[in-house]
Amino acid sequence: MTEPAITETLIDAHGIRPEEYQRIVDLLGRAPSFTELGIFSAMWNEHCSYKSSKIHLRKLPTTGPQVICGPGENAGVVDIGDGQAVVFKMESHNHPSYIEPHQGAATGMGGILRDVFTMGARPVAAMNALSFGLPEHPRTRRLVHGVVEGIGGYGNAFGVPTVGGEVRFDAAYNGNCLVNAFAAGIADTDKIFYSAASGVGRPVVYLGARTGRDGVGGATMASAEFDDSIEEKRPTVQVGDPFTEKRLMEACLELMATGAVISIQDMGAAGLTCSAVEMGDKGGLGVRLDLDRVPCREDGMTAYEMMLSESQERMLMVLDPAKEAEARAVFDKWDLDFAIVGETIAEDRFVVMHGGKVMADLPLKALSGTAPEYDRPWEPTPPAAPLGEVPQVDALDALKALLSSANHCSRAWIYEQYDSQVMADTVRGPGYGAGVIRVHGTDKMLAFTSDVTPRYVAANPVEGGKQAVAEAFRNLVAVGAKPLATTDNLNFGNPEKPAIMGQFVGALDGVGQACVALDMPIVSGNVSLYNETGGSAILPTPTIGAVGLIAAGETPILGLPREGDVALLLGESAGHLGQSALLADVLGRAEGDAPPVDLQAERRNGDFVLAHRDWIQACTDLSDGGLAMAAFEMAAAAGLGVRIDIDDTAQLFGEDQARYLIACSFDAAEALMVKAGQDGVPLVTVGRFGGDAVRLGGAEAPLAELAGLHRDALERLFD
Amino acid sequence: MKAAILVFPGSNCDRDLATAFRAAGCDVTMVWHKDTALPAGTDIVGVPGGFSFGDYLRCGAIAANAPVIGALRDHAARGGYVLGICNGFQVLTETGLLPGALLRNARLKYICRTVGLRVEGESLFTHAYGTGTEIALPIAHHDGNYYADADTLDRLEGEGRVAFRYTETPNGSQRDIAGILSENRRVLGMMPHPERACDPAQGNTDGARLFAHLAGALTAA
Repeated sequence: MTEPAITETLIDAHGIRPEEYQRIVDLLGRAPSFTELGIFSAMWNEHCSYKSSKIHLRKLPTTGPQVICGPGENAGVVDIGDGQAVVFKMESHNHPSYIEPHQGAATGMGGILRDVFTMGARPVAAMNALSFGLPEHPRTRRLVHGVVEGIGGYGNAFGVPTVGGEVRFDAAYNGNCLVNAFAAGIADTDKIFYSAASGVGRPVVYLGARTGRDGVGGATMASAEFDDSIEEKRPTVQVGDPFTEKRLMEACLELMATGAVISIQDMGAAGLTCSAVEMGDKGGLGVRLDLDRVPCREDGMTAYEMMLSESQERMLMVLDPAKEAEARAVFDKWDLDFAIVGETIAEDRFVVMHGGKVMADLPLKALSGTAPEYDRPWEPTPPAAPLGEVPQVDALDALKALLSSANHCSRAWIYEQYDSQVMADTVRGPGYGAGVIRVHGTDKMLAFTSDVTPRYVAANPVEGGKQAVAEAFRNLVAVGAKPLATTDNLNFGNPEKPAIMGQFVGALDGVGQACVALDMPIVSGNVSLYNETGGSAILPTPTIGAVGLIAAGETPILGLPREGDVALLLGESAGHLGQSALLADVLGRAEGDAPPVDLQAERRNGDFVLAHRDWIQACTDLSDGGLAMAAFEMAAAAGLGVRIDIDDTAQLFGEDQARYLIACSFDAAEALMVKAGQDGVPLVTVGRFGGDAVRLGGAEAPLAELAGLHRDALERLFD
Repeated sequence: MKAAILVFPGSNCDRDLATAFRAAGCDVTMVWHKDTALPAGTDIVGVPGGFSFGDYLRCGAIAANAPVIGALRDHAARGGYVLGICNGFQVLTETGLLPGALLRNARLKYICRTVGLRVEGESLFTHAYGTGTEIALPIAHHDGNYYADADTLDRLEGEGRVAFRYTETPNGSQRDIAGILSENRRVLGMMPHPERACDPAQGNTDGARLFAHLAGALTAA
């Protein structure tokens, strides 16, 4: 079959700018073939090359004594003691999910799970952070149902517990939903697998599902803005098969145990192209592929289609030739395809053969190493206008409005569609603070949380970036876990607009500062740009996934308040109402600056909680909705009333940072007050748990009434 | 006491079930679906939860035709004990070892939450709880809506073969049935997951008694 001629239209259709095309021609000393153009477009699009973000990402803190492997591999690896590591990452599948919510979300889940088990780790926990348009927007309902079913359908069948996540609704996501999926696995530190190939003349092996035409050009699609033609892009969305993924994981882990695997890389965005180039590039080798040997689902696939297919549940591996028979037997057992499709070569070339013809012959290093890198112009986000007068509100009416709003009601309707207990090690599932699992066969526990407050980031990218990390830190601390490390999923609009790039640069600055101050280096992540439709961008959404450790012998803080427990508020309360949930979701005002984040106070207050964990019965961080919302959530989780002796709106609903609500016995409260006085940590008594009513200052309502409003709101909106 | 746990491609509660049996003091062997025999001296066969063969075609339908099922049938015919949980229950109805079928949940959604159960039919599986006791166990399924014709349901109830009933049905099951026994009361199929409620760290130990009693009784025998 002859390939189409390279025209300007064709170049443009591949998302390659004229100056980028010139660079390709200069590099090759000739015009590229059609297949080669496809390969370049796959390697140089924003999604794979990080060309707009790279120079800023380099400033992030990525190292620390706990870090075994930082960004650059399939997932980050962090030491959890006893020769074990937690392997984790968060990744977006925003564009595919908007076009085809069920399959888009399902394959997002599949991709992140593969990233984890490619490293040799068995996935043990998942989370997802979802941002949708307003509930009343005509598209939202279909997206919510589709995305939740897609994630559930894939994760439940694969067999990984979903232990946390977040869901938000805002008009800014009407034309661009966000689906950020997190997965974590456990591996032995001496059995981590990397992607760098080594050894010349070694077999390159194709594993897993067959290659079809699905997803051809998917990564290029994910690097473009949407317009009215998005329905035409549906064929670029891949289809997921969790049954194959489960078998692929079992087969890979079995194969890794035999010592046959030299290097391994999952086929994600731009499938065969990215995985082969990555393995060669990292290992300083070339790769020759023979496409006639690639297992295909359809007849007559061209080289171009095979190289760009994003068919799911596939892996590429460099094999120890001495163990070929053993490797083949493992894949036969699991009824999966296993084919030698190429070899490593000494020359720095990426050679693709098909039908006896050379379809691509490119300098391999240059394909990834010389991808364009842009220092895009950016403008700092202007300071937010000062907050106008906020009247005193009826505290109970405001609380009722908040806890029954789409953004702050119970997420049970969603998370009950996810298996949160498979693997039988779930200590705390989703719904209340960080999720916690036990490391199988040990007394260690891992805690997981996912956080960001996009309305803060929009108002003040630097403080908003800090806040996302600080809230993750607090959620881990509140269960008694030492925060270990983070993964960032950076979702922004079009980076070619200086204002958007300014949000990105500012948020990253804040994230970086907080990760340093709180000792939570970033070990993996993903950037999703061009989240715009018709020129309108999403709220800047740098989702932070974080992992904490509760070592064997340490007491987790997993209790619930008891009758008569004292309610203590830890941290300074200035009453910051700017950009608060009260303003956004009750008063309908997006106003003021984000709350400032004092990272020293965050650190000090967090350390105080961890140091005195044995006195603390229950603990939660204060975030959206401030003290009032935290007190309600703690009371509802315990099925017990609460009395907060405060009337002032700003004190009840302000969102000052570095704060926790603690429940403990009277004696423990006394001891904590003494310690806090000595350590200079602000700690005050704000009320008491008990009875069956929620009382804020002078107003009171039955807990059962509030809990009912909270629990059923999402179901009323979407079922 | 020797337990054999069947493993199909797509099973994902096999390890959880093995952990629960081991914690109760049992020897556990995992048996691959392509095997045609069970280990000698097997007292009980566990058919675990998960999505055997991806739940393609119909939940449990392909697994019910796997090579190992012949050995399972022989074991049951000899009066051996069988415990099928969730997908395992679906496999047992598909093999015909238990009557009825598990249909899609009434509200069409997957459900994962802890539910109340009333213990009813007397058997080695339920003895530790005692008839009439209320316990709580997690469920996690998309197709747990128990269905059988009225005659079958009457017979199951008449013979005291309803092992567990939901205190409030989450999935539309006929007569709130959550688990049923075979005629000889040695084969139990149930949708709830006792293996997820065996350890204080899981926040619930109601499932542990089932395994402890089985282990004790079968070891004594």
